[in-house]
Amino acid sequence: MDPLKALRAIYPPSRLLTREAELVPYESDALTAYRARPLAVVLPETEEEVVRTVRLCRELGLPFVARGSGTSLSGGSLPVEGGVVIALNRMNRILRLDPVRRIAVVEPGVVNLEVSKAAFPYGLYYAPDPSSQPVSTIGGNLAFNSGGAHCLRYGMTANHVLGAKVVLATGEVVHLGGEGLEGVGPDLLGLFVGSEGLLGIALQVTLRLLPRPERYHTLLAAYETLEGAGEAVSRVIGAGLLPGAMEIMDRLAIEAAEAAVGAGYPQAEALLIVELEGEAPEVEAEARLLEEVIAQSGAYEVRVARTEEERQRIWKGRKAAFSAVGRLSPDYLVQDGVVPRSRLGEALREIQRLSQAYGLRVANVFHAGDGNLHPLVLYDGKKPGELERAEALAGEILRLCIRLGGSVTGEHGVGMEKRAYLAEMFSPQDLEAMERVRLEVDPGRLANRGKVFPGG
Amino acid sequence: MRPRSVEEVQEAVRQAGRLRVQAGGTKPALSAPREGEEVLDLSGLRGVLEYAPEEFVFTALAGTPVAEVEALLRAHGQHLPFHPPLAHEGATLGGTVAAGLSGPLRHRFGGVRDFILGVRFVDGEGRLVRAGGKVVKNAAGFGFHRLMVGSLGAFGVMVELSFKVFPYPRSTATLRLALGRLEEALERMERLLALDLMALDLEPPATLWVRLGGLPESLPLRVERLQALLGGGEVVEEDEAYWEEARRLAYGPLLVKIPAKLPEIPRLEALLAGPRRYIAGGEAVYAGLEPEERERLKALGVPHLVLKGEVPDPLFPPPQDPFFLKVKRALDPRGRFPLS
Ligand SMILES: Cc1cc2nc3c(=O)[nH]c(=O)nc-3n(C[C@H](O)[C@H](O)[C@H](O)COP(=O)(O)OP(=O)(O)OC[C@H]3O[C@@H](n4cnc5c(N)ncnc54)[C@H](O)[C@@H]3O)c2cc1C
Ligand SMILES: Cc1cc2nc3c(=O)[nH]c(=O)nc-3n(C[C@H](O)[C@H](O)[C@H](O)COP(=O)(O)OP(=O)(O)OC[C@H]3O[C@@H](n4cnc5c(N)ncnc54)[C@H](O)[C@@H]3O)c2cc1C
Repeated sequence: MDPLKALRAIYPPSRLLTREAELVPYESDALTAYRARPLAVVLPETEEEVVRTVRLCRELGLPFVARGSGTSLSGGSLPVEGGVVIALNRMNRILRLDPVRRIAVVEPGVVNLEVSKAAFPYGLYYAPDPSSQPVSTIGGNLAFNSGGAHCLRYGMTANHVLGAKVVLATGEVVHLGGEGLEGVGPDLLGLFVGSEGLLGIALQVTLRLLPRPERYHTLLAAYETLEGAGEAVSRVIGAGLLPGAMEIMDRLAIEAAEAAVGAGYPQAEALLIVELEGEAPEVEAEARLLEEVIAQSGAYEVRVARTEEERQRIWKGRKAAFSAVGRLSPDYLVQDGVVPRSRLGEALREIQRLSQAYGLRVANVFHAGDGNLHPLVLYDGKKPGELERAEALAGEILRLCIRLGGSVTGEHGVGMEKRAYLAEMFSPQDLEAMERVRLEVDPGRLANRGKVFPGG
Repeated sequence: MRPRSVEEVQEAVRQAGRLRVQAGGTKPALSAPREGEEVLDLSGLRGVLEYAPEEFVFTALAGTPVAEVEALLRAHGQHLPFHPPLAHEGATLGGTVAAGLSGPLRHRFGGVRDFILGVRFVDGEGRLVRAGGKVVKNAAGFGFHRLMVGSLGAFGVMVELSFKVFPYPRSTATLRLALGRLEEALERMERLLALDLMALDLEPPATLWVRLGGLPESLPLRVERLQALLGGGEVVEEDEAYWEEARRLAYGPLLVKIPAKLPEIPRLEALLAGPRRYIAGGEAVYAGLEPEERERLKALGVPHLVLKGEVPDPLFPPPQDPFFLKVKRALDPRGRFPLS
């Protein structure tokens, strides 16, 4: 059967893209170093259309990739050459929001931030907040087990997804999890979350909503060295505090953020943002403790947000940092390695050394409380050999993270980009077990082929 | 069989027909062997392997008693915030994960599924598989560690586990509020769900137990605010002891866990008669049931797990969906591990 003809039986022409000009925007995700031309992009509006498409792909042996907003930084939503892209942005309805049960049931194409907006009138919010929150979708977040600044205290997406209706790569539709925090039986949803679109496509997702904290206390501290900021993080933890967020930016990232959004940050080698949150009396008491800890940590300038506007200003620079780095360099690679928190200083020194050795600038913005580094490797793709050098440098950083006992990805996923490094983190037996599960669910390796596993 | 090393577990699995894992034996409905099953006693596989307090992470062998881990953490001002039940009775880390159990303090930061970071397990072919990691954040590879939660060992024998831990609050306080009617209690609970509480339990018919944790300076004021919101409530003297007693779950003859939600409590209350406790704002109830009551739950299709008491089928409903069956086939193709 002609695949395009079969797709035409499911989709009207306006929702079946096949012309070159229509396909170009879908040829890559936010990791633009990779591109591939799909056979077609389909824009389903109903679950049934997605299920029919998956079944059709299975019948025809046609590879397919689910796509949310395409903000993956690891090539996770890169199309398979000649395959089908199932773009879910139009399935963007919040189906139910139940303030008593504190859940939201949403379609996969709902943008992350929209959930918190809808929950706002009830005093609730959706905790996982990747910096791509205004754009990225719940489906993409679920597939990548996405994170953000609040993971230490609240965990990753996996901790906030309670249930999902899923079409497996075989075409079977299953319900995983439920509507409550507690269940019985194996946590199958826990396995599905973070499987990077290799096991199937989420059609409907049940999210857990949290009450908005009564009070925030947001502090910005400037340090003369990156290590100084890193040590302050250890002191905060050592004092028994559990902030909602602890973020560090280095000089290059600060400069980029300033140039982009003018957050009014102080000049510094490193900035630390610490945010406490919770019940007002508790936050007030914790703030006094935090103040003492920071005073002893060698910070030469400390600012505390007195108003919500000041708080938003502090976060604005941090949240814009990735895209702002685009102003300093035509291209950059975002890395996402994790190290044990106590090895942060060592990791940052080594990254500095590698940066010099490779002759490429590296900006650092990271979730310090989690040991989750985001070195941004700056390069110019027009200069011959620079991309390769940037990739080699990025690879060395990933190896460093593995060597220090960490992980090659904290939140951006393995995708296309880190396939080779997965084999350095896990043994062949570990990977084989994952591959066996995948093959039971998808014998033809049709779903997001070429991602995650070293062999493709 | 009582293996003392991972290699011995692998060997035991390869030799076995059907195997049932047992460790602390605190949930005999799950770990007591059935006809034709061999017992794999994991209590010899114990000990904490790595613990760095400043990282909020530890790694231990699966047969390690929860109480042993908690004592170690406590010495560093930390704890397992999901508060595993039956700790004093001998529950192990592996058994806690396999059964998927969390206690009252799960209310504040989450349950066992939120704190497990990594696992090493022996699959049905005797292969040693690792997933997850030993850092608080990680998104590499399939989340087999999350899959183990509530798995009852169906996919493999866990041999090593890594968890995230948190600081234990410097001070805590508990309020008890006995109300006249269930509806009143539920109405108060709904209001309390917006607060940052360590625990919020309902003991039927209508008594609320609320626990706060934090800095000693702020606690008195928070207790006052809480009393104002509740319209009363007496401060409990034996704060710590009370919550330790609460997670003993000394209910019988069948000890059952039933997932719940606040709005479902009235319906469950109409079904349950024995001793019971709703934990974590009503997210689950641990109940003592008579065998006939359990049959009623099944007849009505209420999902639940029997932890103690002799029943052939502790998990209801048994997982049958295609995803479960495929994962099971991938990891235990010969069906060496029973599910419940
Ligand atoms: C500026 C910027 C900042 C970022 N900051 C963060 C951050 O702080 N934290 C973080 O974790 N990530 C961050 N990211 C990465 C990215 O936003 C996340 O990975 C996000 O979850 C991707 O969502 P998406 O909708 O764009 O998914 P896509 O990129 O479209 O897809 C991502 C993956 O999900 C799969 N997928 C999509 N929908 C479904 C579905 N319904 N069912 C199954 N699989 C599906 C795709 O096949 C693909 O493998 C950032 C990206 C950018 C560009
Ligand atoms: C086939 C099977 C395999 C199991 N595999 C494991 C395992 O790999 N690791 C683990 O810790 N627990 C496993 N359990 C659960 C475990 O046997 C019990 O939890 C266990 O005995 C726990 O000790 P306990 O007192 O805490 O609970 P118990 O009352 O002894 O048992 C509770 C439940 O946990 C299971 N269990 C205990 N230890 C393990 C274990 N190490 N691995 C898998 N299941 C375990 C028991 O079989 C039982 O289902 C398995 C259970 C079954 C039925």
